Amino acid sequence: MNFEVEHASFGYRKEPDILKDIHFQIGKGEILSILGSNGVGKTTLLKCTLGFLPWRSGQTLIDGKPWGEWKNQDIWKRIGYVPQAKRSAFSYTTEEMVLLGRNAHLGLLSQPSKKDYDHAKECLEMVGMSRLIGKLCNEISGGELQMVLIARALATDPELLILDEPESNLDFKNQLIVIHTIRDLCRERGISSIVNTHYPEHALAISHKALILNRDGTNAFGNAEEIINEERLAKAFDVDVRIRSFMVAENTHTCVLPIDIVRKSTRERGDGEIRVAMEEDEQESYRDTRRKRVSKKQTIRKEVS
Amino acid sequence: MKKKTEILWVIGILVALVASFIAALVIGRYQIPVKDCVKVLLGMKVDDPNVKTVLYKIRLPRSILAIIAGAGLAVAGAAFQSMFSNPLATPDTLGVVTGASFGATLGIMFHLPSLGIQGTAFIMGLIAVGLVYMISRVKGESTLVMLILSGMVISSLFEALVSLIKYVADPQDVLPEITYWLMGSLAGTSFKKLYIGTIPMLIGIVILFCLRWKLNVLSLNDDEAKAMGINLKLMRGLTIVSSTMITASVIAMCGKVGWIGILIPHISRMMFGNNNKYVIPASIGLGATYLLLIDTIARSATAAELPISILTAILGAPVFIVLLRRTGGVKT
Repeated sequence: MNFEVEHASFGYRKEPDILKDIHFQIGKGEILSILGSNGVGKTTLLKCTLGFLPWRSGQTLIDGKPWGEWKNQDIWKRIGYVPQAKRSAFSYTTEEMVLLGRNAHLGLLSQPSKKDYDHAKECLEMVGMSRLIGKLCNEISGGELQMVLIARALATDPELLILDEPESNLDFKNQLIVIHTIRDLCRERGISSIVNTHYPEHALAISHKALILNRDGTNAFGNAEEIINEERLAKAFDVDVRIRSFMVAENTHTCVLPIDIVRKSTRERGDGEIRVAMEEDEQESYRDTRRKRVSKKQTIRKEVS
Repeated sequence: MKKKTEILWVIGILVALVASFIAALVIGRYQIPVKDCVKVLLGMKVDDPNVKTVLYKIRLPRSILAIIAGAGLAVAGAAFQSMFSNPLATPDTLGVVTGASFGATLGIMFHLPSLGIQGTAFIMGLIAVGLVYMISRVKGESTLVMLILSGMVISSLFEALVSLIKYVADPQDVLPEITYWLMGSLAGTSFKKLYIGTIPMLIGIVILFCLRWKLNVLSLNDDEAKAMGINLKLMRGLTIVSSTMITASVIAMCGKVGWIGILIPHISRMMFGNNNKYVIPASIGLGATYLLLIDTIARSATAAELPISILTAILGAPVFIVLLRRTGGVKT
């Protein structure tokens, strides 16, 4: 599948655009990573891409045809969405959960058949989670639940997977399991993926392309290895980073190490972050207000006299 | 191992349903021997002509109503709990019960005939839910939270109106009738009433039964459900319309019957897990059995008939507590 977003922008209600001129394209078996700091609009971007929120301008194209011209059910036969793993009020068994992914292939009044059921089990096997069959979704670990949700998306037989921070809240091993699963699905089955991630390392490890969202509304899109560099990460995250590669058993691995917070742009920072450079700022603003107060007093005195 | 217990449950429910149906027909002020009862049902002659009259004029329509109404309320509750993905949802979450109660009290106050009271109750129930839906719409979409909040507001509004009517009603004849009606009863059901009143219930039950697996998809959050390729508006609309039709017509025919919509679906879940593919059929069977038993007790336990709502709660609460304590609310 050729998936493309063309010069699109989005903003909530009457507020100004938070996503400006987004442009990206991925082909069969390619992985796109979307990077950006908290609150910059990564999840919003996914929601727009998935048609849950309408673009203000621009459009999404599937195989060159605009999103709106496709039939709803046809889209969801080809795209699988993997949300962040959350527990629900009613917990289903893992195979029941995965079976829900077959919905796009079923008519309004039809029930899943034995074939659909077997397919759901296969999908659990595909992600290496067949040991979870028969267990309730609320009784398995967060990492396992994330894999079940990936299996659910796979049950649709998608050509494109869209994953929202799939490796967040997971430990090292589970992160690797999730990341390797996405990579293998692309390599072996030619399934494309769009992945929101907080880890530039993961983006470098598996993705062909990358989209970096900056706080000022600009973005950068291109081949992952070219786009993800120290300079761009510093701009996007306000963090001084070092990217280093080394060999382990004839494979190149890349690590991204955050060194320090970049101070010059502290005032532009949003709410979701820790304010380390606060003292400096505060002192300055304190001095400012004092200065103003003093000058105000002086003018009052002048007026009185 | 697990499959075996489930098959046993299914057989158990079916046996209980048939047993309580026969019990409902033979037990009462006028005792009928089981042999005679079966004979009459099969169209054979019996010596006592009263048997046929009692069965066809009183007990059979009443029992059939109990079966359909009980099944309907339980299914409506199960569907709403799934749609709102909230175990506390009841058929009344969108205000249909209070709306219908207001309609009925209005009808009683104006001394309408019983069919007229049924009509006003049914229509006011639909109006209440329609209002809720209109209030909850923001920019062409109703979120679940908005639906629940609007439901609460409309419910309390109609509750206040019911209180108002009770306050101004004549305490000699109208007020007792309203009070008795609000506690629910299946008395006075005839086949004629059955034909008119149960059609909306049956339609609603059939729709929800067909959608039973889709209700699982509906219980996911909005974005996930959409990504499963479901038409969210259509599915929610169908669920709301079906549940409302069922509940409004049950309330119109039987008065306020509480508890079944929350009690039975949870018992079904404790037996079969959360998959609505099983919860919905189980709710139908258990709901029908439960209301049949309750109604039989209501009309035969004491000399005067007991109101349904009192019994559903008094008998339901201990059963529910025991089950809740034993299973912790989930299937083991």
